[in-house]
Amino acid sequence: MTKQIFRIAPGFEEIMPEEYRELVTDGPYDRSVGVADLGTFKELLEEHPLCAGCGLALSLRLFLASLPAPADTVVVGSTGCSAIAFPQVGLHNIHGLFGNQNAIASGLKRALKLRFPDRPKDVVVVAGDGATADIGLEMVMHSWFRAENIATVMLDNEAYANTGGQESGMSPRGAVLNMAPTGKKFEKVAMPEIARESGCAYVAVTSPANARRFEKAIRRAILVARDVGPTYVQVFCPCPTNFKFRPDETLGVIRKREKEGVFQYREYITPEAQQYLAASEGEKR
Amino acid sequence: MDSYRVKAGPEGYLPPAAACVGICLPERGHALLEGELVPEERALEEIARRLLAAGNPVFFPGPLILWDWKEGVAEKARALQVLAREVRAKIIPMPDYRPKYPMINPAVEINPNHPNLTIWHNHIDVCVFIGVHCHYANVALKIIRGGTDCYTIAICGEVGHEDAMISLRDAGLRTLERLTAMVREMKRKAGDVG
Ligand SMILES: Cc1ncc(C[n+]2csc(CCOP(=O)(O)OP(=O)(O)O)c2C)c(N)n1
Repeated sequence: MTKQIFRIAPGFEEIMPEEYRELVTDGPYDRSVGVADLGTFKELLEEHPLCAGCGLALSLRLFLASLPAPADTVVVGSTGCSAIAFPQVGLHNIHGLFGNQNAIASGLKRALKLRFPDRPKDVVVVAGDGATADIGLEMVMHSWFRAENIATVMLDNEAYANTGGQESGMSPRGAVLNMAPTGKKFEKVAMPEIARESGCAYVAVTSPANARRFEKAIRRAILVARDVGPTYVQVFCPCPTNFKFRPDETLGVIRKREKEGVFQYREYITPEAQQYLAASEGEKR
Repeated sequence: MDSYRVKAGPEGYLPPAAACVGICLPERGHALLEGELVPEERALEEIARRLLAAGNPVFFPGPLILWDWKEGVAEKARALQVLAREVRAKIIPMPDYRPKYPMINPAVEINPNHPNLTIWHNHIDVCVFIGVHCHYANVALKIIRGGTDCYTIAICGEVGHEDAMISLRDAGLRTLERLTAMVREMKRKAGDVG
């Protein structure tokens, strides 16, 4: 898709709901905009029904502003909080069953390669921690073993938030949630390490508390997935509703964890991906 | 079962899909009129008549005609606007099929996932579907037949819709132009008489 086919038929401009008109005239399609330009273009997330202060909602907003080629991107999602926001997103997206998102993305990416051999299409999985590290883990890992050209982004709110607060593999040890009253008995699943050992060419751990770093991780993950191999980005986006802090404390919670050394920004890049990024980022400059 | 006719509702919650109660899609050159196969010309006349007699006719154009996505669409879009003006119809777009939280504004757009709102509190007596992908048109047409007394018309570019009270098939630019000409002719005759 290019902006060429994203045009309103003549005469219908007036009757189209405003948000579609704005997407056509001011959207990020075919333009090179990023998180630093937020506020100057029509964002891909119109409104959303997520809770006040939701770290995942903020991450989604930054994610959408970080896409290198939104007109040629398909997001594959999974059941969970992020899926509730996706109807409001001006981007191709597919909702998988809970857990099979990486399998869908694999098939989709292969089909798109055949259908558009000359135009790169970015397939990006965006799913919760439950969908990625628990119920979908087998399909996530096998997509990495098979070296599928897809980027996997985990929105890690450290719980099954959408179903009212069950513990997930990504909940920290000791976490007490609405439906996990006795506290979690084991540590967070070591997903970044699993990703690295399973063949991901680029792995990053990031958060919306640092928009620049966040953008860089998403862009790198998508570009490397396009040409080198599978990639993984883990986004720490705490949930005020289930972890019971005030909505305006979300970023503070991230910074506090960072200070305590429990949460760390990390990046792992294979030499091949390193070379590729040096070339493509050098080109941009 | 073979006596089922696709008439204006309200038929109640969950009316049957017309295809499940024996209504078949028309062959080329034919159309469906309340579930019966008729020559296309007859259906066009009935559409023109219904639109002119309507108190609040509304066109619901879908993505296939709202977006200028391939050759020929712009011409069809213009022809539709001419027809709408001729029968004094309002146009409410269906640009997207995804449900919108928390709600849509039914005066601004229609959406098959918001059935209680799709037909604007039953103030629409005749509606026209055009450019709506088949499966979404079928769902929405069935909901309208279930919950309102609106008379539904589908100007379909593919093989037609059993769930509309009148459905054309293979309808393109020429069909729209013929329909507009028919409307003008009827208006002229009515003027002659009156
Ligand atoms: C196969 C299947 N199992 C269970 C569910 C119920 N379910 C819906 S959302 C959800 C939790 C999602 O948790 P997570 O992936 O962490 O995303 P979050 O809501 O926290 O963003 C579950 C278990 C489902 N929809 N499908």
